[in-house]
Amino acid sequence: MTQPSRGGEYDVAVIGGGLVGSALAWGLARAGQKVAMLDEGDIAVRPSRGNFALVWVQGKGLGMPEYAGWTKKSSDDWSGFADLLREQTGLDVAYRRPGGFMPMLSEEDLQARANTMMRLHNQPDMIRYPYEVMDRETLRKELPFIGPDVVGGTYCPLDGHCNSLRLLRTLHKGIGLLGVDYRPNHRVERIEHRDGGFHMSTAGGEVRAGKIVLAAGHDSARLAPMVGLSAPVRPQRGHVIVTEKTAPFLHHPTVYVRQTDEGGVMIGDSFEEAGFDTTLQPGVSSAIAERAIRFFPLLGKLNVVRSWAALRVLTPDGFPIYEESKTAPGAFVATCHSGVTLAANHALTLAPLIAAGGLGDSFTPFSARRFHVPQAA
Amino acid sequence: MFRRLPEIETASHTVSFTIDGRPASARAGDSVTAALLANGVTACRTTAVSGAPRGPYCMMGVCYDCLVTIDGTGNRQGCQVRVAPGMAVETQNGKREVER
Repeated sequence: MTQPSRGGEYDVAVIGGGLVGSALAWGLARAGQKVAMLDEGDIAVRPSRGNFALVWVQGKGLGMPEYAGWTKKSSDDWSGFADLLREQTGLDVAYRRPGGFMPMLSEEDLQARANTMMRLHNQPDMIRYPYEVMDRETLRKELPFIGPDVVGGTYCPLDGHCNSLRLLRTLHKGIGLLGVDYRPNHRVERIEHRDGGFHMSTAGGEVRAGKIVLAAGHDSARLAPMVGLSAPVRPQRGHVIVTEKTAPFLHHPTVYVRQTDEGGVMIGDSFEEAGFDTTLQPGVSSAIAERAIRFFPLLGKLNVVRSWAALRVLTPDGFPIYEESKTAPGAFVATCHSGVTLAANHALTLAPLIAAGGLGDSFTPFSARRFHVPQAA
Repeated sequence: MFRRLPEIETASHTVSFTIDGRPASARAGDSVTAALLANGVTACRTTAVSGAPRGPYCMMGVCYDCLVTIDGTGNRQGCQVRVAPGMAVETQNGKREVER
């Protein structure tokens, strides 16, 4: 363990104990930093406990090819990341990469999807990856249970999924083993930058650190301006349904439906703008259930055991923000809506850069400055 | 392990059904779970993840430990279904199959 370099008790304080904060804290501690992770309590707004657990590549990054490349890199590093976690903690986060499908219910949708994938890959500086547009018969060879309404779909061999609840638990166990000081019930009220470090007033007392990383999800919007950063994120609600556990039959994840490692079938992919309201909307649940049954009619036989709504952390363009403060150097923000997919990057690539002192030019596209362009009249 | 009260033993009609294909009998009005216990079947399933054996516990629809396959449909709560003549009850090994 290294001594705190400057400005207080810790080399780094990570604010936020969800998947983004935990992956960063894990990577920072592995890089030899003395780390505190400041978290809220059990009732925090925590998408890490409500997400769909895809490690997904296909279709991401239209409008920002750097994000497509960043996503692909995390997908490529995920298997090694899962191995490291298993060796360290003895826990298996059930990462699988069998390739994923985006099935389609109309020829128009399939054509639009094919066009999107083509435009994505025609962007300058795009790191291309393999994918296929499949007609119904080709798709049915891979996904034998599709219903009569499915006209085809897209497939990408890089797509996968994991057990994201176990990922959160595994990261928390891992950071404990690495000596990270995990502090729940330490909601950060105020951050001051002085004497070359950061002073945080929290619900659990004062904490000082040489560097800070804002990984607080929705709360980063409030915290970022305290250190000259900007994190204009909003909640976007998504509903998830999970069925009883069944013997494995869906061998590939899709955007809408996937079977977990323990056998339950998750149904998701709704999008609602409803502020911080996580009340379950029966109309939305029934709509996603009906759509899932059109994809896979045999799901209609299964009993539902739970359903919930969770809140994606979304920037105006949907891409992540990674940035170091100009006015308070040593303060970083990291926010995205893909805390599962990008966990490998956060732990293995981003954290070591923050430990070493800076993000470098390759992260310039992810700066929140992209949102500060004057609006045309 | 379980014995019927004498007045019930004599008062009600017999229903024939099967447990894992073997002929069995119950009393009219028995739940599937009660009929299993009366026939000496105390472990009616193994769990979906670890495969540990489970038997009926609460008998009132809450614990979900009495799950069995009834007439081809998996994960039915035996305590919430009355046994019927000719019913095919199967103990369940691990996860339900989606097609049954």
